[in-house]
Amino acid sequence: MADIVLDNVTKRYPDGALAVDKISLDIADGEFVILVGPSGCGKSTTLNMIAGLEDITEGELRIGGKVVNNAAPKDRDIAMVFQSYALYPHMTVRQNMGFALKLAKTPQKVIDEKVNEAARILDLTQHLDRRPANLSGGQRQRVAMGRAIVRDPAAFLMDEPLSNLDAKLRVQMRTEVSRIQRRLGTTTVYVTHDQTEAMTLGDRVAVMRNGILQQVGSPQELYDRPDNLFVAGFIGSPSMNFMPSVVEDNTLHTPLGDVPLTGRLQRALEQARAPRELIVGIRPENFEDAALVPADQRSSGITFRASIDVLESMGSDVFVYFTKEFGNEVDAAELRELAEDSGSADVGVRNDAMVARLDTETRAAEGHESELWADLRTLHVFNPADGSNITLDYGADRAVGGAAPATSPAAGTGRGAGGTGASTDAPAGPGTGVI
Amino acid sequence: MAAVTTTPRQKAGWGVANFVVIALALIPVLWLVSLSFKTPAAVLDPSFVPSQWTWANYSGILQSSQFIRPLINSIGIGLISTFIAVVLASMAAYAVARLAFPGKSVLIGMALLIAIFPQISLITPLFSIERSLGLFNTWPGLIIPYVAFGLPLGIYILSAFFREIPWELEKAAKMDGATPFQAFTKVIAPLAAPGMVTTAILVFLACWNDFLFAISFTSTTTARTAPAALQYFSGGSVFTVPTGPIAAAAVVITIPIIIFVLFFQRRIVAGLTSGAVKG
Repeated sequence: MADIVLDNVTKRYPDGALAVDKISLDIADGEFVILVGPSGCGKSTTLNMIAGLEDITEGELRIGGKVVNNAAPKDRDIAMVFQSYALYPHMTVRQNMGFALKLAKTPQKVIDEKVNEAARILDLTQHLDRRPANLSGGQRQRVAMGRAIVRDPAAFLMDEPLSNLDAKLRVQMRTEVSRIQRRLGTTTVYVTHDQTEAMTLGDRVAVMRNGILQQVGSPQELYDRPDNLFVAGFIGSPSMNFMPSVVEDNTLHTPLGDVPLTGRLQRALEQARAPRELIVGIRPENFEDAALVPADQRSSGITFRASIDVLESMGSDVFVYFTKEFGNEVDAAELRELAEDSGSADVGVRNDAMVARLDTETRAAEGHESELWADLRTLHVFNPADGSNITLDYGADRAVGGAAPATSPAAGTGRGAGGTGASTDAPAGPGTGVI
Repeated sequence: MAAVTTTPRQKAGWGVANFVVIALALIPVLWLVSLSFKTPAAVLDPSFVPSQWTWANYSGILQSSQFIRPLINSIGIGLISTFIAVVLASMAAYAVARLAFPGKSVLIGMALLIAIFPQISLITPLFSIERSLGLFNTWPGLIIPYVAFGLPLGIYILSAFFREIPWELEKAAKMDGATPFQAFTKVIAPLAAPGMVTTAILVFLACWNDFLFAISFTSTTTARTAPAALQYFSGGSVFTVPTGPIAAAAVVITIPIIIFVLFFQRRIVAGLTSGAVKG
């Protein structure tokens, strides 16, 4: 076990391209941290730098308090799970899992014990003598995990380990990864481009964009208090709706209606010296069918009419898609990038398309006009120039929404006690020193 | 429809064509075997099956130091050359396939140049070089040129194999604590084994069959290889042509090749890398 500290770590390629720009991140011992972002944001490069597979151009990387900038991967005592699994095809599952221990000249008896234990945890016992070519995708994925587990390393690095699995298996394995990590209590850095994985797995999530760390926090924190437009748009599914808005005469004119600027919102705008034109963001679940909103709550939001283009019933919720005429386009580099990443730019989704998550009781119907209600307590206001969230400190009355941060970085209490076998009776390797 | 349908006529046509090709290739071999069992008197007998079988030709050459020593030379020189060529070629091919280094295209070009250079034109300079270096009529005197001419082929074959091996396997090996050398010997090389075996067979065949260098750079049986030694066979007397012993020797030097290929053929299995990554 060890903590991992990235101190202004930078990666610049020989051709001058800046892949990772001064990333600083403290990963506590036993913590599960997710690096998330669209493709090309530098998350995999960051992971490879932690692994030692790529050189660090500037900055310092410390694992367990030791600077390891120039240490070879084998001297860092970390295990990695690759997206492609990278299993050795000429070895059996048993040999694959025991390879690292064999290289470390561990006695065969100990190797057997550890491999059997890991196989038991991962339910691979009956496949130990098969070769990777004869395994299914999910089994291969588990072998890749097993190869990391048997080493009992200071940290696990995972590079999109689930993205080669089909959707159903991915959800299963996601739970599995989480369970194993909690059981072993090993520091884990997990790279993904899937915000659902990021939200569900991590103690903390680090959102990256263009090589720059945007925000680090618990999933709930990122969701409730996004620092900027990019994080707001990236985290959450379906993603936040963005609308252009204009401040005039102490009123915020949004496509949904006019919002009088009062108290905190006004102060926040003043403090940020916000421009007149702003971007307003509201999450799909902060809409509701107006008819279902109790009268005493109506005043905290605005009611508007919208024609429903598409209605998707998910069983537990109903998603309605509608468009609102925007006076001018919402335009920010962050949003363009998000649209490219999600592919919505390619399929021609208009950026004035909005989505709302309503209660199943709603009477809204496709092709008809409905009266919807938007909760203003959860409104986010962004500065279009730099994408910053102006309302970040305006979150006090949002607690009404019941969104108090539930997960904190220290949520791992008690996990050590739950760990059995693999982590507790392991010999004190070079990386097992307590920090 | 582009599906291939063969009419019985076509089938028969192909059958005949195949038969002709195989017959053309095999009849001389069988003739050689037949000759090797004939007595000196029956050598000119046109019948395919010897009227009188004899082991005399075999027992003769296998008792003669004129043949046994060259046979040992052939095996020794062939194996050593093959080993060195495969080791060097795999390292070079690995560099060519994996690394970007200055002069890479020059290296590949040079290798190709060596491969296409007519060997006969090099005999005279090489002869002079070997004479002055004292390599003439020694094992290294043959091993060095064999390795030199075997390398380009090996580099080409092996770099193609290395390119096929997912790079992530090597990264995984590094993460598992392997040094670059261990990653190569324990992960990459076993996966490139089919390529190495192919290379080994081709280099060994080239060495084994070589006549040009063997006849040019040797003068006695200290280093002379079997193909070259055949030329020096003499008959029972000055007036007899050593057809029978030459045929027997030719059969003897063919046998190791057949065994060699049969033995390694099973290991040349494609698709050993399948299952390494998501399949």
